[in-house]
Amino acid sequence: MDELLKKQLEITACKVRMGIIEGVYNAKSGHPGGSLSIADTLTYLYFAKMNVYPDNPKEKDRDRFVLSKGHTAPALYSVLAHRGFFPVEELKTLRHIGARLQGHPDMKHIPGVDMSTGSLGQGISAACGMALSAKLTSDTYHVYAILGDGEIEEGQVWEAAMFAAHNKLDNLTAIVDNNGLQIDGKISDVCSPYPIDEKFKAFGWHVITMDAHDFDSIEKAFREAEKVVNQPTVIIQTSTKGKGVSFMENQVSWHGTAPNKEQYEQAMSELSAHLKELEG
Amino acid sequence: MAELVKKATRESYGEALAELGDKYENLYVLDADLAGATKTGIFKKKFPDRHIDCGIAEANMMGIAAGLATTGKIPFASSFAMFAAGRAFEIVRNSIGYPHLNVKIGATHAGISVGEDGASHQCNEDIALMRAIPGMTVINPADDVEARAAIEAAINYEGPVYMRFGRLAVPVFHDKDTFKFEIGKGELLKDGKDVTIVATGLMVYEAVKAAETLEAEGISARVINIATIKPLDKEIILKAAKETGLIVTAEEHSVIGGLGSAVSDCVTESCPVKVVKIGVQDVFGHSGPAADLLKEFGLCAENIVETVKKAVSEK
Repeated sequence: MDELLKKQLEITACKVRMGIIEGVYNAKSGHPGGSLSIADTLTYLYFAKMNVYPDNPKEKDRDRFVLSKGHTAPALYSVLAHRGFFPVEELKTLRHIGARLQGHPDMKHIPGVDMSTGSLGQGISAACGMALSAKLTSDTYHVYAILGDGEIEEGQVWEAAMFAAHNKLDNLTAIVDNNGLQIDGKISDVCSPYPIDEKFKAFGWHVITMDAHDFDSIEKAFREAEKVVNQPTVIIQTSTKGKGVSFMENQVSWHGTAPNKEQYEQAMSELSAHLKELEG
Repeated sequence: MAELVKKATRESYGEALAELGDKYENLYVLDADLAGATKTGIFKKKFPDRHIDCGIAEANMMGIAAGLATTGKIPFASSFAMFAAGRAFEIVRNSIGYPHLNVKIGATHAGISVGEDGASHQCNEDIALMRAIPGMTVINPADDVEARAAIEAAINYEGPVYMRFGRLAVPVFHDKDTFKFEIGKGELLKDGKDVTIVATGLMVYEAVKAAETLEAEGISARVINIATIKPLDKEIILKAAKETGLIVTAEEHSVIGGLGSAVSDCVTESCPVKVVKIGVQDVFGHSGPAADLLKEFGLCAENIVETVKKAVSEK
């Protein structure tokens, strides 16, 4: 990847992480762990990959994004805000009464949200429907969807996986955020979905793996995905839950807990220091 | 009464979609391996490129429909009521209802008249489930003419609609040349002053027959057809409550959460009168010929007559 672009993306991703912490802290609830693990991928998609229109969010030819793991809405909101869909300041209203920023993505009220999600396993089906729609009327947009690694325990995901391959949805790229943790513990202990790659291969998908926190790896994966024809692609990203905030990293307890004031300040100070370093 | 032509509303569904496909190029039909039974196979034959078979995966089918709707297409997701409203309930609720997407759900094989397949396929709970979803329109047409008109009305309405169709051939009593359908409007089929029979689906014609018998026995029964169970035509219900003081509801659905409940909710708020509910009395069905089952479960003109006479005598 171009070094300048890489640096810009790293800076943006750090700001996105700060937005996540800001949102969850002000909401006094929410899901920081899985939001932080997808921050880099989302930043890449919205700042370097997808064709989106912050001034006209519903533009017909835009690329679509579905956050199938809807509980990590703080990451999507932060990316959308930083991309100009709504003010960054609004992130502080997350989960508040009267706010647009609902606990899970709400396409009816939040600019830039292409599908309402939150109940796991459902977003990927809607993403398949969007991709199929493009095929039916020869539209050229691409559809991206991020799923959790725990989420793929839902049976509907595999109904959708079968459907996407059957319909040769090569305009669909799913990303499985493999941070290895779900609410009740390690995914390998709870009800293991491994081997994830073999399962998707068996369902007829093109499978790519990437490092979720390295923009060179991210770019390489998405470039490969767009070249695939006649089959959908899944990118299995190896990620760190809580990435970027030392005490949240790889801690299942940070799946759905908001930081208190002290923890918030520590997280923001770590991220600010990192931002300074990047900008330095 | 002259013998009427009979037709199952599932056939109306398949035929109407095939007809309307020319007029509405944005119309797409989805199935879950039941195109032969839901009669959407007729549409598939005419418009193979606009028919999507999702396989035996109703949950995913509802999500696919949601995704199609976000891009401006009008999908009709078809399956048996048991699977469309039952199995896929939460997907309908969260992926279609919550974002208020323009998805039409065509649910065939509703109610006890599924017949021989038995209780596992006799869905008597779908109206209850669907009307509980905010913003969901629920339509249960009474015959072929009404079904066809309701389908076109649903296409021209922006928002999610649940449409209920039957497997059993039922009399076509509406006149196709004069019939007008409007979502949310009840239909006065016969005036009367002693009691009002409010019916939906295949029970409407039974109610008409019952009212004729009652008339001969000196009871003046009003008959109202409620095809749109949600939003309910409160005006026509409350007028009937005020003018006749007694309501008997009739539906091929559980007495819990269906038309009877909707009518009861309506009158208890604004004009409390006695409401007697004819429907499936909180039990599962079983296998058997549809006509026999309808009689056994009291879903017939004879039971409406008896129920009305009893209710009127207690008035």
